[in-house]
Amino acid sequence: MKKRKERIDRGIKVRSEDIFALTSWREMLYLSAPRLIPAIVFLVLPLVLEPYWQRVLLSVAIFALLAISWDILAQSGMVSLGQALFFGVGAYCSGIMNHYFGISPFFAIPAAAIAGGVICTVLLLPVLRLRGVYFAMVTLIIPLMIERVIEATKIFGGTEGISGLSVIPSKWLELYILMAALLAALFGFRRLMDSDYGLVLKGIKDNDRSVMNAGINIYWFKIEALFIASAVGAFAGAMMTHVYRFVGMPVFALDYSILPIAAVMVGGSGSFAGAVLGAFILVPLSEALRALGGLRIVFYGVFLVIFVVGLPEGIFHFISRKYQQFERWAEVEK
Amino acid sequence: MSERPLLEVKDLSKAFGGVQAVSRISFALQKGDLLGIIGPNGSGKTTTVNLITGFVKASGGKVLFKGEDITSWAPYRIVRLGIARTFQMVKPFYQLPAFKNMIIPLYSPRVKALAGGKYGDRNAVALDLLEEVGFERDAQVAYKVASVLPQGYLKRLELAKAIALQPEIMILDELFSGLSLAEVASIVPIIEKLLFEGKTIIMIEHRLKELFRIATRVIVLNYGQKIADGSAKEVMESDEVKKAYLGSED
Repeated sequence: MKKRKERIDRGIKVRSEDIFALTSWREMLYLSAPRLIPAIVFLVLPLVLEPYWQRVLLSVAIFALLAISWDILAQSGMVSLGQALFFGVGAYCSGIMNHYFGISPFFAIPAAAIAGGVICTVLLLPVLRLRGVYFAMVTLIIPLMIERVIEATKIFGGTEGISGLSVIPSKWLELYILMAALLAALFGFRRLMDSDYGLVLKGIKDNDRSVMNAGINIYWFKIEALFIASAVGAFAGAMMTHVYRFVGMPVFALDYSILPIAAVMVGGSGSFAGAVLGAFILVPLSEALRALGGLRIVFYGVFLVIFVVGLPEGIFHFISRKYQQFERWAEVEK
Repeated sequence: MSERPLLEVKDLSKAFGGVQAVSRISFALQKGDLLGIIGPNGSGKTTTVNLITGFVKASGGKVLFKGEDITSWAPYRIVRLGIARTFQMVKPFYQLPAFKNMIIPLYSPRVKALAGGKYGDRNAVALDLLEEVGFERDAQVAYKVASVLPQGYLKRLELAKAIALQPEIMILDELFSGLSLAEVASIVPIIEKLLFEGKTIIMIEHRLKELFRIATRVIVLNYGQKIADGSAKEVMESDEVKKAYLGSED
């Protein structure tokens, strides 16, 4: 007897799609849990962790923001290999404002997010017409180029960087600003991509000619998406600058480009939640493996390969499918 | 013909490298015309449409819409003026339900401008438009994901996307190809209705029988050149056309 796997929507999912959702706590909880759990986790985690892991949590949030930024671009049809560009430009903007003009981090960080967004968008403007791998290659190269420019011209401290920057006065404020930003980005961008505006962005990824044919200027939409994504990345960079009180050439390092992509791979793309989940798994894992020294990268690599091969849809999509559907083996007639 | 033509094409040419895809084609279109463009494969029909709609930049010649030179404008600007087209190869957004596919044209600045700045409920408008082109509301076809829809519905969806833009000129690129006789027969009245509403239509078609029944004028292309222009009957009696379609005997 042949068998085939069947996926069937859970009863509670079907019930809670309708007005019945309001009839029982169970249904309401089913609907709200996916939204409440991340919110509660983000808000409670800083309270329960030891100081060392609080620092790790900071890193997690920063990489999660970069991964979200990558996912926005990917959903709009722009595959980037250069999140480090957004991150680095944001970091330098904030560092420069603070060091040379004495602007407090509270103004420098949001200003750096916007300025970083504008600068990165303008830098990438000429290559916006490129698609797929060509766009990716250019984004990979630009941060490396900027790094060399800083090294050669010795601007903004050259290889030494700028140190002794102001910090955000309290550790708690630092953590909660990041948690709030992460929550806002996660839910805000999910909402944006579900709107008609987001549909147009996804349309550009699927079939840009068809979107052009609707009388829509796709370059303007791409510019907007690029600005949003680079502003998120620049914000992450600016936060990091004031956490470490230092900004220098390492902010353009390849890590900041590759790790966010790895996070989205593991977590699953197209949902933002996957990107965040991926960062929550990969960053602590890389910390935990620190004891292994050089072998760390090997384990990390093996872990990534297992995920890409074994669960190409990503953890988030796997979990959300399990949450909404159950599977069973159904007999198929010969 | 005293009126100024709605669309005028003058000596339009395009060369891809050494290949002269379209060479010095001219024609004018009056409001309410249904112009059929026919010709063997590779004769330059789709290239002509791509030139008019700006998807391909012209190497020579002019396209005038209501007297305004729109040659080689960006496609989105041409659409905003009121020239909408369908594609021969339908490319819907496969993961989305059919009616969600309609949201993108409904999001267009042209639609917004025509509606006086108010979009209304795009989903409802999308469902209405789809019903007009034959998505049975009772059968809920419009809610199905585009990837499971048969070719006939995808072609209708393509047509509905063009209608959604409320264009003055609609260019339908091989709308009937790949459809059964019955499907074609059910789409013809939709096109007749559009004509009746005052739309001007250009149809590229290989299904000559159906085309000739509704076309007010036909031009024939061969090797990028216009070889005949006139009513369906005139065109079919032209020796040049017979030669192009059947091959010459010498």
